[in-house]
Amino acid sequence: MSTRLATGGRLLNKDKAVRFTFNGQQMRGFEGDTLASALLANDQMLVGRSFKYHRPRGIVAAGPEEPNALVNLGVEGKFEPNQRATTTELFEGLLATSQNHWPSLEFDVGAINAKLSRFMPAGFYYKMFIHPRPLWKHVYEPFIRQAAGLGQAPKGRDQDTYEHFHAFCDVLVVGGGIAGLIAARSAAKTGARVLLIEQTAHWGGRAPVDGGDVDGKPVDNVVDELVSELEAMPNVTMRTRLMGAGVYDHGYVLGYERLNDHAPETDGPRHRLWRIRAGHVVTATGAIERPLSFAGNDIPGVMLASAVRDYVVNYGVSSGDRTVIVTNNDDAYRTASALKFAGLDVPAILDARVLPVDSPLIAEAKAAGIRVLMGHGVSKVLGGKRVTGVAVCSQAGEGAVLEEIACDAVAMSGGWSPVVHLWSHCGGKLLWDNDFAMFRPDVDKAPTGAEGSAFVSPVGSANGHFGLAELVGDAHAMGHAAARATGHKPGKVSAPDASSVEEAAMAPVWLMPQGAGAALRGKAWLDYQNDVKVSDVQLAAQEGFESVEHAKRYTTLGMATDQGKLSNINGLAILSDALNQPIPQTGTTTFRPPYTPISMGAIAGEARGTVFQPIRRTPMHEWHDKNGADWEPVGHWRRPYAYVRNGETVHDAVMRETRNVRENLGLLDASTLGKLVVKGPDAGKFLDMLYTNMMSTLKPGKCRYGLMCGENGFLIDDGVVARIDDDTFLCHTTTGGAERIHGHMEEWLQTEWWDMQVYVANVTEQYAQVAVVGPNARKALEALGGMDVSAEALGFMEWADGTLGGFDVRAYRISFSGELSYEIAVHASKGQAFWDALMAVGADLGVMPYGTEALHILRAEKGFIMIGDETDGTVIPQDLGLHWALSKKKEDYLGKRAQERPHMIDPERWKLVGLETLDGSDLPDGAYAVAEGTNDNGQRNMQGRVTSSYHSPNLNKGIAMGLVLHGPDRMGEVIDFPGTDGTTYRARIVSPVFYDPDGEKQNV
Amino acid sequence: MSNAVSALNGVTWAQGIATVTEVPLQGMITLRGQLTDAKVKKAAMSATSLEMPGHGQANCVDDRGICWMSPDELLVLCPYDAVSTNLKQMQGVLGDVHSLCVNVSDARAVFDLSGDNAREVLAKLVPVDLAPDQFTVGMFRRTRMAQVPAAFWLHDNDSFRIICFRSQAQYVFDLLTVASQRGSAVDVF
Repeated sequence: MSTRLATGGRLLNKDKAVRFTFNGQQMRGFEGDTLASALLANDQMLVGRSFKYHRPRGIVAAGPEEPNALVNLGVEGKFEPNQRATTTELFEGLLATSQNHWPSLEFDVGAINAKLSRFMPAGFYYKMFIHPRPLWKHVYEPFIRQAAGLGQAPKGRDQDTYEHFHAFCDVLVVGGGIAGLIAARSAAKTGARVLLIEQTAHWGGRAPVDGGDVDGKPVDNVVDELVSELEAMPNVTMRTRLMGAGVYDHGYVLGYERLNDHAPETDGPRHRLWRIRAGHVVTATGAIERPLSFAGNDIPGVMLASAVRDYVVNYGVSSGDRTVIVTNNDDAYRTASALKFAGLDVPAILDARVLPVDSPLIAEAKAAGIRVLMGHGVSKVLGGKRVTGVAVCSQAGEGAVLEEIACDAVAMSGGWSPVVHLWSHCGGKLLWDNDFAMFRPDVDKAPTGAEGSAFVSPVGSANGHFGLAELVGDAHAMGHAAARATGHKPGKVSAPDASSVEEAAMAPVWLMPQGAGAALRGKAWLDYQNDVKVSDVQLAAQEGFESVEHAKRYTTLGMATDQGKLSNINGLAILSDALNQPIPQTGTTTFRPPYTPISMGAIAGEARGTVFQPIRRTPMHEWHDKNGADWEPVGHWRRPYAYVRNGETVHDAVMRETRNVRENLGLLDASTLGKLVVKGPDAGKFLDMLYTNMMSTLKPGKCRYGLMCGENGFLIDDGVVARIDDDTFLCHTTTGGAERIHGHMEEWLQTEWWDMQVYVANVTEQYAQVAVVGPNARKALEALGGMDVSAEALGFMEWADGTLGGFDVRAYRISFSGELSYEIAVHASKGQAFWDALMAVGADLGVMPYGTEALHILRAEKGFIMIGDETDGTVIPQDLGLHWALSKKKEDYLGKRAQERPHMIDPERWKLVGLETLDGSDLPDGAYAVAEGTNDNGQRNMQGRVTSSYHSPNLNKGIAMGLVLHGPDRMGEVIDFPGTDGTTYRARIVSPVFYDPDGEKQNV
Repeated sequence: MSNAVSALNGVTWAQGIATVTEVPLQGMITLRGQLTDAKVKKAAMSATSLEMPGHGQANCVDDRGICWMSPDELLVLCPYDAVSTNLKQMQGVLGDVHSLCVNVSDARAVFDLSGDNAREVLAKLVPVDLAPDQFTVGMFRRTRMAQVPAAFWLHDNDSFRIICFRSQAQYVFDLLTVASQRGSAVDVF
């Protein structure tokens, strides 16, 4: 059983006990514990069930590579699934539950899958559930979703907050182990601005556990000294609990800071995403130990040798009284020493190698009285929910059991793999190192920046240097190199002096024993989290999945939340063996950010709640809100769809507002419409190119409606252009088009027509603009008093500056409703005051504010098109019968040539018409008109579609516009629109102008 | 006229690690023209009685200032009530020089962000190096603030002036208060 030792635990504060709960059971740990160390201290070896076979699983590792110990943390608004116990710092009141079991962790019905494992090989789901097709969606998928998966999705609203932070530095060092600290110091001494980040709460990484001397001092003392030295340097920023999550182009790095995961009751955000711009990135990310593939290597109590050592030294936790060590390298012998030093028993070291001479570490183990069996391995692990012993065999054989050794834990080591993730994210290449059987960074093929030079350097064990002397030297040199890459000059400082313990060469062992039969291979796990075994990868190879990327997806190897940190190398070694090719030829799968999962909250940062999205507000926004506005999003603006009064439905309000505009007086907040000032000697010429109509002939004081097309001839915007003076125009755009058309203008001016003397400014928000519309519009303005707004003084499509009610205004006499109509612009800061004044004088004139839906109905009654309704990016002016707006005098305008393409002049293009149902009902918006016959795909032929449809209260019937094949030539014809409600709507093709076709109402 | 109100009517907030205040209406004139042209420079300088700023710089004193926006754009700051006078004066100086002068005072909102943590609060929202030795008084940045455009400069050593579009004033105010929440000091500057 695992337990807390009386001594040891360098990271613990044993004066401070911490209470926590696992699966409802009260447990105790110490401040400084991780959840994993505390669980082991409470003899909780079983921590979860596996994904597919629901096998009992225990803690394997002590760091971010942990595949098994994933728990649900917290409840409700603090609930989070799939949290690694090994990286969860213990805090008072922590609540954790295990995952993926039913009804309980101890007794799981799903474990029956394990008995059926023979029938559930790699690709089982693909093979089994593909036929018959419809069953997948309705039967198989819901069932599998129920059975599979790890943690549950959170249901409560996240109570925490998150944020981003933009950081800048010359040299970013990722990883605060001994290599990272030395590299940071080397770089910092040159004067470079250094940011050093470490994912755990502690500096030093593995060095204090693994020991050794630097400059004649124990390495843990050296770590403390380095930290103090760096902390005192003004050009160095150091952060713990900040993980380097991803490296991107141009030295952009994402860091994931966990601010109060360890102290959830404190104020402030929970996570902070660091968006770092680094001149050079040093990856001191360390290395991860590999498991060995033997039968039963997933039974709780089988752990990485380094983790067993970490728990003893860092947390004073024994994983078992008797630990058998199984290894293919010298490093695991350090675990034997650590266990012996802690007074624990090591019944045997099974070393798969056969060595002619004992290395110093082996000799030390033997001298300590430990039985070392060279050339031996584990045939299988004994036990179910925890280890009870190992069956020993020859590594060279097929697994015949030579003896059984009783034990509580197995410490395995299959060698080490450098953490090359961050190196690889941006294209750093890897080399296969035969001596250590691992991929290491190929420093000659680094990720390169815009200048073509390397911007990432790996150091220390992340660079494949494991001996302390090599590691320290590498870190020192790389720190200098990184500083040099950012323009800093290192002085002549020599590397710290360290010596490495001589180690015997490791031997690659990808399967134990090497001749293991099917039964053993079917219990030798590669990927614990996704339940992938040696036999699965071999089957994938046999079935033709030769590419490592294909085999990965077929078997799901390395596709779980740990992204194969433990399993990738072992898996591709098995695949290589099955394909009979060397490992480098198989290659690795792609390393993608983030290094370990980061919270969605951190990615979103501050963007939630009130600041989820910027909402643009006009100066009268609050008034609208207080007066019943039913809001409609238009771009990022919110516009009132209608002003709903007590007792009204939204539809009632729309009908009332629409009628009132035609009968009395309506006010519309038109502030959102884009307003672009275009000025310069070439402004007229420029606008002639941008609009399809002629703008240069417009006289100052006049307005003209214009259409704008893109290069491909399709309509992109429309609006009224007012000529202010000889050199100056004011172009109105659609609400959603202001920024886009401004950009469009700037692009043409800056790229193609740079010789034109034109400046553009976006003054959309400078003005609050109010449309004063209806038979009483002029009376209202006259009541305000000031400028002359008579038909004679201010004719249709004219504008004038003046004052109204004491406000400086620009009045445009333009109409989008067919009524007598003015649009009055005032400075935005006075918009609300002006609106109030209009409401006051309009009180006796039947004034009502109206919203966008009334606006739409009014324009549709007049047959005016709307960009975004009648157009969808595939519609040209000719489709809409707007030939009158296409200048024939101009040599060119944007879109002109495109509109001459064969497809654009095809008489088969659908054309704009009005549509009226035979019974006066409303046509469904977007409905298609069907024609006879079917197309090549067997689908019903179509001959048109509805682009806008409304109920007109003024005409008391449904009115619609649509694009119809040969539409304008088919007036009076009736066509069919099948609705989604099962009925077919019959509509007559009519003129799109339903109301006041002669325009008598607006010309008064 | 007294009925001119700024976007948020001078709101202020000081419940976190920085203080956020909407500054009263500020006169602003966009001046577009080649900044190498003597008349363009003179137009800006005569309206403000200030020197031309360099690339990426701003010369701001109280409510007057010249801010460098691009090689052919300046933002001229002046008292809100003086805009029309200044516009006329600038147009007079510019004469026939190809240029554009336009009042944008009402199109904007201005915030003051102050306190010891002001730099950190802003660095949460803008992709700009705000370390004290990197962003100094006299510098001016047009950039993005979370999801919207913004520009800012240091009013004095620990207070920023931030300009955004008027329609987004509420969003920017909310952003600044969220980023100033209690317990969120980064402690790097």
